[in-house]
Amino acid sequence: MAHEAAHESHTALIWKVFIFLSIITIVEVAFGIIKPASLHLTSFLGTSPLNWVFIILTLVKAYGITWYFMHMKEEKASMRRSVVWTSVFLICYLGALLLIEGSYLNEVMTPYVKWDY
Amino acid sequence: MEANVATTKEQTWGGGDSKPLGSSYGKMMIWFFIVSDALTFSGFIIAYGAMRFKFLETWPIADEVFTHIPFVHGNYPMYYVAFMTFVLIFSSVTMVLAVDAGHRMQKNKVAWYMLATIIGGIVFVGSQAWEWKTFINGSYGAVQMHDGKILQFVDDTGHQITLESFVTAHHGERTQHESTNGLWFTSEAALPEFTVAEVTEAFKANSAIRVRTEKIDMTTKSKEILSREASLNYLAEGKAVIKGADLKSNEYGKTLFADFFFFITGFHGFHVLSGIAFNIIIFFNVIIGTYEKRKSYEMVEKVGLYWHFVDLVWVFVFTFFYLV
Repeated sequence: MAHEAAHESHTALIWKVFIFLSIITIVEVAFGIIKPASLHLTSFLGTSPLNWVFIILTLVKAYGITWYFMHMKEEKASMRRSVVWTSVFLICYLGALLLIEGSYLNEVMTPYVKWDY
Repeated sequence: MEANVATTKEQTWGGGDSKPLGSSYGKMMIWFFIVSDALTFSGFIIAYGAMRFKFLETWPIADEVFTHIPFVHGNYPMYYVAFMTFVLIFSSVTMVLAVDAGHRMQKNKVAWYMLATIIGGIVFVGSQAWEWKTFINGSYGAVQMHDGKILQFVDDTGHQITLESFVTAHHGERTQHESTNGLWFTSEAALPEFTVAEVTEAFKANSAIRVRTEKIDMTTKSKEILSREASLNYLAEGKAVIKGADLKSNEYGKTLFADFFFFITGFHGFHVLSGIAFNIIIFFNVIIGTYEKRKSYEMVEKVGLYWHFVDLVWVFVFTFFYLV
């Protein structure tokens, strides 16, 4: 058992990860309140660069929680891959299909929405 | 070969020491659960994304919906939900500290950290209840048109104003139908404070007010404000005055937004609630020394995995409901 071999405390690491996650959250909230026009009102790869910043920071946070809080780092690589690759693949797959479908519905529906009364 | 394969001559079918993927049975099962629950949540959030893409030009702007913090009046987007995020991350930290103390067989530390985690969870669920209450009660009130579109009211600076600030009620003949004064088998919800006719009349009397529609101007990412004449044309199509949000109408815009909000944050909140229940059970087990006798705090680790997962989901809910 990996844990029994290493009984030393991870407390310092845990607090470091907490500070790291807090800083990311503070950055996200600051961006969410300020919404700099150069990031918010421009477009990059289908959405605003600000949205990409949010999504990437979220994935970094997810990595921190999974690897250090859920101890994924200490699991065997086979275990880690079974969980992470499976979920990431299926979520990306479903996300791609449904978002493409959503854009298509938008394209088809928008001309028929009445805005002149 | 990394994965464990039963290569020994021993009987492994009856429960040998062979551990697939180096994981104990319990941890393997909680990971099975987490992966499937992650797919459930991603299904919900992706469905939200699909509907948001469909109604891209008319979706409510989250900053204009969640602007309240307790005990303070004013317009403060993000702060409250950021607080909730911190509470949950912090309770994740105390949980992982409990797991860490469990590895070192420190019973008292485990118990105290578990208690802190439970309190964090209760604070989070309470905060979410407050968020729901605020969302359900609404802030400004709006008029819904016959085709379901929402009309909000803004002053000459473009800031949204409440219906109460410019409409006066005339109190007509119509009273609320309750089962005691009408048909015994049916009743209706409380009547709105104002009628569409009263709102229109007050609107005509006050030339500073204009109507804001759901439509987003994609170059400025703000909602379109109509001219006075156009405002009156839109108001002529008004069907009902609504205040707050529920599953059938939503003063902030698309009803679907409210539906998804209640469903996804509700489902997540229910997970937190169950997590609190699991944590309480494990907390008492720690106190009575169950895991001390078992010489293993793996149960703490397993509820810990569940608790971190709930935190993980919230990170995504936070991004997709409040930020993006």
